Amino acid sequence: MNERAAPVAATHRAIDAVWRIEAPRLIAGLARIVRDVGLAEDLAQDALVAALEQWPDAGIPRNPGAWLMATAKHRAIDRIRRNQRLVRKQEEIAHDLAIEQALAPDLDATLDDDIGDDLLRLIFTACHPVLSPDARAALTLRLLGGLTTAEIARAYLVSEATVAQRIVRAKRTLTAARVPFEAPQGADRAARLNSVLEVVYLIFNEGYAATAGDDWMRPGLCEDALRLGRILAGLMPDEPEVHGLLALLELQASRTRARTAPNGEPILLFDQNRALWDRLLIRRGLESLRRAEALSGALGPYTLQAAISACHAVARTPEETDWERIVALYDALAALLGSPVVELNRAVAVSMAFGPEAGLELVDGLLDEPALKNYHLLPSVRGDLLVKLGRYGDARKEFERAAALTRNAREQTLLRERAAACAIGVAPKR
Amino acid sequence: MRFMMIVKATDESEAGVMPSDELLLEMGKYNEELVNAGIMLDGAGLHPSARGARVMFSGDKRTVIDGPFTETKELIAGYWIIQAKSLEEAIEWARRCPNPSGAEGQIEIRQVFEMEDFAYMSDASREQHARVEQKLSGQNG
Repeated sequence: MNERAAPVAATHRAIDAVWRIEAPRLIAGLARIVRDVGLAEDLAQDALVAALEQWPDAGIPRNPGAWLMATAKHRAIDRIRRNQRLVRKQEEIAHDLAIEQALAPDLDATLDDDIGDDLLRLIFTACHPVLSPDARAALTLRLLGGLTTAEIARAYLVSEATVAQRIVRAKRTLTAARVPFEAPQGADRAARLNSVLEVVYLIFNEGYAATAGDDWMRPGLCEDALRLGRILAGLMPDEPEVHGLLALLELQASRTRARTAPNGEPILLFDQNRALWDRLLIRRGLESLRRAEALSGALGPYTLQAAISACHAVARTPEETDWERIVALYDALAALLGSPVVELNRAVAVSMAFGPEAGLELVDGLLDEPALKNYHLLPSVRGDLLVKLGRYGDARKEFERAAALTRNAREQTLLRERAAACAIGVAPKR
Repeated sequence: MRFMMIVKATDESEAGVMPSDELLLEMGKYNEELVNAGIMLDGAGLHPSARGARVMFSGDKRTVIDGPFTETKELIAGYWIIQAKSLEEAIEWARRCPNPSGAEGQIEIRQVFEMEDFAYMSDASREQHARVEQKLSGQNG
């Protein structure tokens, strides 16, 4: 049963929506059959083109996913037959025949129950360590997020050609490296899972705190990352860190609308109007955190960060926050990661739990840390602590240094204002 | 964007007929699909209006009317809150809701207000809003 033909523009918007929903399953299902993610994506694109040609007149089919799958499989058979006319190695022909058999019996059948496994394989392949982090993110958004090249380009503030090229190269790299379409098992799995989680986290952060440009954040990417995180939690319900990452993302995202002033300026955690925090996302974040904690032996790094974020989420004011628990969680995180950035955050927590002197002492211990040499938050945090101790002259120098180091224009303005306030001997308002 | 997919009541839902095994199974699969796609944020089903009431307002007057209510098709039987990129995507998800009995039914899709829609709010309203939300967070936390 088809619906009446709608105006072309409306149908195209509807096709976009269908694509976003169906693309991951379509590509994953095809990749299992043709054993090549790049080819699977090309076939899926062929099917999309066919839909754009046919649906505006014929209407959207009742089961658009099955239609796209059947069309893509037809294209696959066409390609294989065309290739078979060329002179080729015997083994390739045998390989193609096996694929053709897999394609043939259920041309009109809907996607089967193994789709979860296929999606899992697709995620692990798109996030394969053989690819650069940029390529992993682009491929993941494209294959699993159902984003178009143009949408990815807009989100990452690069040209469409750059993203298209990045994706083409990534697909070629996967083929050249003969990356199997598999979810890793055994010893490999933990490291590969880490790569997957990292990609989702990086996509979220790209949206949450843009590293360059005028926009403090690009919430679209955060929503895409959240969606990916929720998909992961559905696919790997027994992995504590998957839930830990999801909890962290839900909790961070709950503050999205409190993080910017109407004029676009950033508002830091302590100064945020907590009434603007999203209760639904907080509730979901706390649930995911509970799940992660229940599955964990020792808490992993994402779960620990989520637990820290949760301490803020349930506190009515910065002063009522359980800072001692946060210090303990940072202790565990620092032991796990040994990262100077974590040490810096720990110093802030210590200053809140035990006073600015104690915090400053820890920050001063990080001044020679090579990894923090160009990190704007080191002087920024140090400036804050100096303000609390009434040392405005020293604080001013730190804020100026921080402003020179950040690439975010809004943050730079904020830091300069703080420096200016210190210059006239008053505590910055924010 | 967030959308509420509102399931309208039917004669059966209003009569308190519990869903058939078949419907429960199909709905379970559908919910799983929403969850697996990473878009479902929340959802619930409602008891028939016979177990509810209405408080009618007219100036200072308040009148309570007990259920059930007659205009079945205007009543709500359940809802989902989903996160989607566009109204079209929400429509596409709603289209996929199963209807194994083949009965007449309706899902209404409405976009949920988010805080940025209230940019016009006065400082006093914001303050009030903040106080309530903070108390709420204390209870939920």
